Amino acid sequence: MSGRMEFTTVADPAGLRPFYDLVVIGAGPAGMSAAVVASGQGLSVLVVDRGPSPGGQIYRGIEQATDGRKHLLGPDYARGGTLVRAFRQAGCDYLPQATVWHLDAATGPGPKVGISACGRSRIISCGHVLLATGAMERPPVLPGWTLPGVMNVGAAQIMLKAGGVVADGKVILAGSGPLLWLVASQYAAAGKPAALVLDTTPVTAAIRALPWAGGFLSSGLAGKGAALVARACRSGKVVSGVQLLAVEQRNDHRVLRYSKGGRETEVEFDHLFLHQGLVPEINLPSSAGLRLVWNELRSAFEPERDAWGISSVATISVAGDGGAVAGAEAAWHGGALAALEVCRRAGRIAVAERDRLARPFHQGYRAAMRGRAFLERLFRPGRTEHDDDTLLCRCEDVTAGQLRRALAHLPVEGPNQWKALSRCGMGPCQGRQCGLAVSTTIAAQTGRSMDSVGYYRLRTPVFPVPLAELAAMETAQE
Amino acid sequence: MFTRLDDGENTPVSFSFNATEVIAREGDNIATALLAAGIGTLRHAPVSQSPRGAFCMMGVCFECLVSIDGGAPVQACMTQVRSGICVTGIAMQEDVA
Repeated sequence: MSGRMEFTTVADPAGLRPFYDLVVIGAGPAGMSAAVVASGQGLSVLVVDRGPSPGGQIYRGIEQATDGRKHLLGPDYARGGTLVRAFRQAGCDYLPQATVWHLDAATGPGPKVGISACGRSRIISCGHVLLATGAMERPPVLPGWTLPGVMNVGAAQIMLKAGGVVADGKVILAGSGPLLWLVASQYAAAGKPAALVLDTTPVTAAIRALPWAGGFLSSGLAGKGAALVARACRSGKVVSGVQLLAVEQRNDHRVLRYSKGGRETEVEFDHLFLHQGLVPEINLPSSAGLRLVWNELRSAFEPERDAWGISSVATISVAGDGGAVAGAEAAWHGGALAALEVCRRAGRIAVAERDRLARPFHQGYRAAMRGRAFLERLFRPGRTEHDDDTLLCRCEDVTAGQLRRALAHLPVEGPNQWKALSRCGMGPCQGRQCGLAVSTTIAAQTGRSMDSVGYYRLRTPVFPVPLAELAAMETAQE
Repeated sequence: MFTRLDDGENTPVSFSFNATEVIAREGDNIATALLAAGIGTLRHAPVSQSPRGAFCMMGVCFECLVSIDGGAPVQACMTQVRSGICVTGIAMQEDVA
């Protein structure tokens, strides 16, 4: 089924076509860019979005953002408006406020996608799926990280984007990575600078990254980064080379304990925002049987894919940060490249045409990647050994100590056996928050590689769906 | 505590959380609206009963689970406020009948 479509916001799964040439999951830069390209070549395209309006997390709230808010969030955010407007002109169906809980490319000629929206579920068929589901923050595991008042740095930014809401009182930003400085700068621009920024990047990291500095300095990233750091330093106290120790609840307040150069400090806070970089969100690809590969430099499991984004499953592609964290610009170009290959596989364009159309996107992608090698080495996470009492699994309250004791005394071969034994990873988040910490702890204790240890094997549904909704779907499907 | 930056732009929206009235703004997600109203603890974890609130604000941690009008748990950070909804905390122990 094809034919020229108009941009249509679908309100309900009943309004979806039973078949699309391409289903794009995610409406961030990769997803929107892919939809524009694929629909432009005449494919029937559906974009499924968890959010209420397009932009993903990076451009979240952009259609509702005032000029003042765009100025505060910075020019990179504002630029997303161009892509969102182009997306709104694309000939595709757009289903917001929806979750994809099922993806199966093993049965039938093409993938089947299970979608829930408005309390109704439906399974639709398609020729190809593009996963553009993006990244999430590497869970900043720390003693006391589950206390209210402790959130991800990205959460602070999302509240700015999605509601113009800023934390008041004594705010601490702590961790390592570009997002830490971006949010510190945005808070300063909002007139609410963080009281304290703690940088946990090891002092030696800059030296280690130095061989790649050339690419970084010649990209736009160095100037941008320097400006962010300078603004943060002007507006509040910044301490580098820090090791976070614990968050603790005292009688009527909370404190963060940290050390620097062997000296311990305790500081009270109203809001603590933590950051340890970004990682691809891999539950949906895992459930669809995509091969996941451990990337040692980025310390993340990533879906294996070829130069055009095709995963280990021929009818499923991956683009954007969901494949490997590389930022919005890379996602923008990568999404287009993935879409061009889907168009070729659908018989819309031949190889030569695909390569010709791809040229500007390849150039854009290479430009976007310049400097990332330096950043990846500068902000490479260290191996943390978590204290026994530290919660790894927030949902089921399972500690690092429980895992280590089980590894020492029981035949636990990997994360899936550990999950069955302890319920670790069985809670609502389905291992999104504990998965990496569990796998790295098992690897550290057993001396095995991360690829050998692996990650939780996810299965449908990858988001909770009420049974009643599934039951209603069975009777509706003919 | 949280403050709103560009105020006056969006229409106020009234809803309740655990029977307390909350004034939000159109376009807010429920988690942001509750934080802006000074409500940080949304529920208690089923195993430890420790207090929990929103953590990731992007739908991957499931700490912000709430019930809307007595319905199945939803993530407050991924759900828009609507006028008049009754939002309540999840008491998971009680739900396991």
